[in-house]
Amino acid sequence: MTTNNVFKIEDFNLWYGSTQALYQVGMEIPRNEITAVIGPSGCGKSTLLKTLNRMIETVPSVRTSGTIEYNNQDIFSKKQLVEELRTHVGMVFQKPNPFPKSIYENVVYGPKIHGIKKKKILDDIVEKSLRGAAIWDEVKDRLSQNAYGLSGGQQQRICIARCLAVEPDVILMDEPTSALDPISTLKIEELIKELKKDYTIIIVTHNMQQAARISDKTAFMLNGELVEFSDTNTLFSNPSDKRTEDYISGRFG
Amino acid sequence: MHQKVDSSLIKRKVTKNRLFYFIFILATLISLSFLVILIYRILSQGIGYLNIDFLRNFPAPYIDKAGIFAGLMGSIFMIAITAPVSIILGVSTALYLEEYAKDNKFTRFIQVNVQNLAGVPSIVFGLLGLTFFVYIMGFGYTLISGALTMSLLVLPVIVVASQEAIRSVPQELREASIGMGATRWQTIWRIVLPTSIPGIITGSILALSRAIGETAPLIIVGAAAAIYTIPDSFLSRYTVMPIQIYSWTARPQEEWQYVAAAGIIVLLIILLCMNAIAVWIRNKFQKRY
Repeated sequence: MTTNNVFKIEDFNLWYGSTQALYQVGMEIPRNEITAVIGPSGCGKSTLLKTLNRMIETVPSVRTSGTIEYNNQDIFSKKQLVEELRTHVGMVFQKPNPFPKSIYENVVYGPKIHGIKKKKILDDIVEKSLRGAAIWDEVKDRLSQNAYGLSGGQQQRICIARCLAVEPDVILMDEPTSALDPISTLKIEELIKELKKDYTIIIVTHNMQQAARISDKTAFMLNGELVEFSDTNTLFSNPSDKRTEDYISGRFG
Repeated sequence: MHQKVDSSLIKRKVTKNRLFYFIFILATLISLSFLVILIYRILSQGIGYLNIDFLRNFPAPYIDKAGIFAGLMGSIFMIAITAPVSIILGVSTALYLEEYAKDNKFTRFIQVNVQNLAGVPSIVFGLLGLTFFVYIMGFGYTLISGALTMSLLVLPVIVVASQEAIRSVPQELREASIGMGATRWQTIWRIVLPTSIPGIITGSILALSRAIGETAPLIIVGAAAAIYTIPDSFLSRYTVMPIQIYSWTARPQEEWQYVAAAGIIVLLIILLCMNAIAVWIRNKFQKRY
């Protein structure tokens, strides 16, 4: 059953109330690669990302048409419990959003809500996740401290660790470095490249250099349409669409 | 190009500024002085009658035997029923309105009406309690009737305060939780409530301290003016401090006014303690983000 594609999006449209935000989007997202989605503000890239784990449904008045399949399963089917989908498809947000709890409690939040209670198992998950998010060495001696005391970049890595603790298959990242300084950004970028070995990563970014630096494939969106989707190298060096070329050469956006 | 500065205009503006400054100071002083007069009057009249026997005695026909024990215990028992009933109902309503209800006309209709209820005069709640709890439910003039009437009275205030507290929980925290596959209820129980509980408790305590001082609705639902037992069941007769104080002030002899003042001191101390607890909770759990 396993194909090389994690997500298969076909003829997908989305409306906020009467405003259409996505038009006939179709793409296939490859497993264990980093897919970047770029485009100007309001082009629908975040909307598309949030649709993949149905977080978009927290916005009232959203309507959709078309299909999105996750591992060949329609994510909108009645059988699909949205809570289950979200354990497979995790999310890291734009602004670091740790809970006002200790670092330890932040990381075990996911496992706990999914019913893991044994202290030993939770301890192991914490270490593994924090190591996975490349922050174990920085926080291992202060796991009981409130996560709010950390810097923005550290908070974001805690959020990534918290996401890893649920053992997702895919990690959606919504401009994960836009609120961070360049050094923290670099650390997160290195982390993302590292995570690629075990996870499929889809990252929305404002920063075209970032997309070029870390992603394998890049999608360019404009006004709710998917303009071009190809290998990152191809898209940046030899775009096939005039609008892509205009955007990456900085003529607008 | 420099404009010529009209210095007389500036002077006038400065004078006006000073004028308003004094008006505001004056307004503050006026309200403050009434508070001081009130406290002075109550203390000077009542402090002599305030002793341990006053707290221990039932109301008696003789001044030196009279005490507020029945009222004090009645108020405590009443709050012991009113607090859980109104907080459970109020917080649940607030959670429904903030976390579950869709933003439609019906929700807004409820919203507006809850806010209106918070402004309805307490005597109206007394009439409602009389009709519903005393007659329809058949509880009679008992502790449970009074306590449930008070619950209705403070319920809208608790709903509104809880809504404010719940709304102040950052949306990003909910998204983080939901995004990991938590259900709405898990998110409420593990994130929303722990973060908003200081605000909820503070609002509830302030609402309950209003209930402790309230007289009018309890007169209607039949709190007793003089009673020589403390309640031993939900269906006991009862009195509360404000009613006890009110009945003392209605007596002709002047000394009873002093007894009433002593009662007011006890009531004020309890109110101040409740408000102090509310402030303490608010400061202790001061927002961390």
